[in-house]
Amino acid sequence: MKRLLTLAVLLVLSACGGTAADAGTGSSSAGTSSGGELTGTLTVFAAASLTDVFGDLGDQLEKQNPRLHVQFNFAGSSALATQLTQGAPADVFASANEKQMTVVTDAGLQAADPTVFTENVLEIAVPAGNPGKVTGLADFGDADLTLALCATDVPCGAAAQAVFADAGITAKPDTEEEDVKAALTKVQLGEVDAALVYATDVRAAGSGVEGISFPEAEQEVNDYPICVLAAAPNPDAAQAFLDLVTSDAGRRALTAAGFRTP
Amino acid sequence: MTLAAHVVVQRGALHLDVDLTVADGEVLAVLGPNGAGKSTLLRVLAGLLPPDGGRVALDGDTVWDDGRDHVPAHERSLGMVFQDHLLFPHLSVTENVAFGLRTRGVRRAPARAAAEEWLARVHLAGLGDRRPGELSGGQAQRAALARALVVDPRLLLLDEPLSALDARTRLTVRAELRRHLAEFAGSAVLVSHDPVDAMALADRVVVVEDGRVVQTGTPAEVARRPRTDYVARLVGLVLLPGTGAGTTVRLDGGGVVSVGGEATGPVFVAVRPASVSLYLERPAGSPRNVWPARLAAATPHGSVVRCDLAGEVPLTADVTATSFAELGLVPGAPVWASVKAADVTVYTR
Amino acid sequence: MSRRGEGGVPVPLLVPALLGIAFLVLPLLGLVIRAPWSSIGPQLAQQEVGQALRLSLFSATVATVVSLLLGVPIAWVLARSRIRGRSVLRALVTVPLVLPPVVGGVALFLVIGRQGILGRPLYEHLGVSIPFTTTAVVIAETFVAMPFLVISVEGALRAADARFEDAAATLGADRWTTFRRVTLPLVAPGVAAGAVLCWARALGEFGATITFAGNFPGTTQTMPLAVYLALQRDPEAAIVLSLVLLAVSLGTLLLLRDRWLGRSAVV
Repeated sequence: MKRLLTLAVLLVLSACGGTAADAGTGSSSAGTSSGGELTGTLTVFAAASLTDVFGDLGDQLEKQNPRLHVQFNFAGSSALATQLTQGAPADVFASANEKQMTVVTDAGLQAADPTVFTENVLEIAVPAGNPGKVTGLADFGDADLTLALCATDVPCGAAAQAVFADAGITAKPDTEEEDVKAALTKVQLGEVDAALVYATDVRAAGSGVEGISFPEAEQEVNDYPICVLAAAPNPDAAQAFLDLVTSDAGRRALTAAGFRTP
Repeated sequence: MTLAAHVVVQRGALHLDVDLTVADGEVLAVLGPNGAGKSTLLRVLAGLLPPDGGRVALDGDTVWDDGRDHVPAHERSLGMVFQDHLLFPHLSVTENVAFGLRTRGVRRAPARAAAEEWLARVHLAGLGDRRPGELSGGQAQRAALARALVVDPRLLLLDEPLSALDARTRLTVRAELRRHLAEFAGSAVLVSHDPVDAMALADRVVVVEDGRVVQTGTPAEVARRPRTDYVARLVGLVLLPGTGAGTTVRLDGGGVVSVGGEATGPVFVAVRPASVSLYLERPAGSPRNVWPARLAAATPHGSVVRCDLAGEVPLTADVTATSFAELGLVPGAPVWASVKAADVTVYTR
Repeated sequence: MSRRGEGGVPVPLLVPALLGIAFLVLPLLGLVIRAPWSSIGPQLAQQEVGQALRLSLFSATVATVVSLLLGVPIAWVLARSRIRGRSVLRALVTVPLVLPPVVGGVALFLVIGRQGILGRPLYEHLGVSIPFTTTAVVIAETFVAMPFLVISVEGALRAADARFEDAAATLGADRWTTFRRVTLPLVAPGVAAGAVLCWARALGEFGATITFAGNFPGTTQTMPLAVYLALQRDPEAAIVLSLVLLAVSLGTLLLLRDRWLGRSAVV
């Protein structure tokens, strides 16, 4: 029982990662007014890696529609997918991988087929100054270095595993982290010499972390699909948000955050 | 082996300042009302409480000297018996009695043997394997006595050792304690608020009130010539301070008493309630000590009724239940109180 | 010490008690009902499960022993000594109770991590690195669980009659002997209760462990970590693992209670 409580607390904690409001509170009175202005509440479930970009885009949308309130639930894609299949009310779902989007579409929760709006590639994150003198993916086979990967159960870990398999490298990690942020924290603290994370995470981590890109990453490009949900309380606003994400302005914001746009 | 102590303690409302000496083989009873500082005094003598001043010397060795010397309790040669025995509940009775020997380095087997021997001396042979919780109150207190005495201490401290016992048990344990104290070679200090314990067990009594020694003497002296109301009440006397002039004493509170002996200057007059007679009419004839009074309160006291009188001379009279009924007294009723001069004790203040 | 006079629980106590029990038990029931019983055999047969379970039991037990060795003396200092600033000390000791465990993990990094205040010289001169080892698991669990023990034992010490210690002193026992022979046996039930609480907390520890010790099967992946990661991939597997952990911990506690603590113990 204690374990469940811990889990619940962690879910709440991770949901509070950005400026996110908590899920499922908005009884959104939805719609557009006669002038085409959006009103009500828009609830977006988005992968944690989108926290900064989507936060900015949400602000933009609110600025254009002063009577619209955009609230986010940022968390791991699988946690979000679970919440959605458990009936959490939301307008938009943006996943950090196809797999968790499939969980949602298999449940028939989408209003329309998802579209891939951006991609993310792996990078090697090292502490500022690169004390372990890491140069490329091959260094992850060096048992003398202290290395962090994501657990294979989470997307960045699965991607890392695939990259190592492609490159024929046997990785020797010291820890398999529960998510990207945890891996990055250890890089920031200088407790590991390198971690394999996404380019966007390196960008978001700031000056304490340096990113090293490597050619093998191209083998495992991570697609981000987005869709409006069938049960969306505010479908107009949902569509507007999706349009904004896929617009030029959206692309620019994503690129600035380290994403690549297809 | 003697105990010589001057103890000063300031604790909130308590200002204790007491001098006492206890000779080798002597039992000193410290008698006083609750809150007089008796237990505090005992804790200081034991080394459990550092006093604020003074000096404690045992057999010439200073164990406390105004903070310069301090021998902690566990390094002193003492035994202590507490009111509620404080036998360790997790140890057997034998282990309890052997405890003091074990801490002083005696090996297990000889310590057990000595403990068993002492248990036999306090009539607890065969009960050594029990836990303290399985003993009666009297048995537990006897075991506690054995535990204190088994190490043959130089100083024995007894903190109200009988007051937690019921009346019957108290009688037998008191008798036994008396025997062991008589055999005890070191100095013993007994703290009690019960004069019977003090009178029965002690060679000398020190009365402490409000942190000061107000009277000291043999039990007989204290019982015969109390110097404070508290002691007088304990020993069943009414104490009246006054000034003597020949065979009369002018009381400080007013009134004149004829006394059995000669007295001059400040004196105490002590009257036994049983020697005070009550009359509805002023008695005719010889008694010189006759005062009008009113009955303030009447309480049954064994076979007599204790009558507190209000009047010029505040006396207490013990009358038999039969007399009380015959007089038909009710509170507030006017009476005449009379006492023979020969029954009035007088001694200097 | 059996208590008599069952029956007649006052309604104002009975109703909330039943609600509370339902609140505590229903989630457990949910786990049991939703567990994929048909596939439970293969799930349990996975090597990682046994590994994680063994590591959990081992590290929680070592953390409890360490907590006893350090925590009982702390409790004694808090309950019995007259040193200044005890209330501040007590507040500091209980900080891990209110600190989010993840923050606790980061804090451990800052002190005994490879770049930590103490950890750095340790690493640079002796080549010793604590994070990502089983030792780190034990340290993280001890950090989080020890306050439970300290609080239990301090409470027991305060409730115990200190005059027994006076009696011991008059019988020639110095403070250490008094502690060993009198105080500790008197508060043994409280110590046992605290140890059980501490062990349970250590067994369930997640946040500080995954932060400071990381997650690697066999060395640092305890059951809670395995459960959490399984939840990312396969919620059914997570339920199975949770049930295993629950069964083992409940079984251990019941066994301990009967074997060691006796019926009078406060567990």
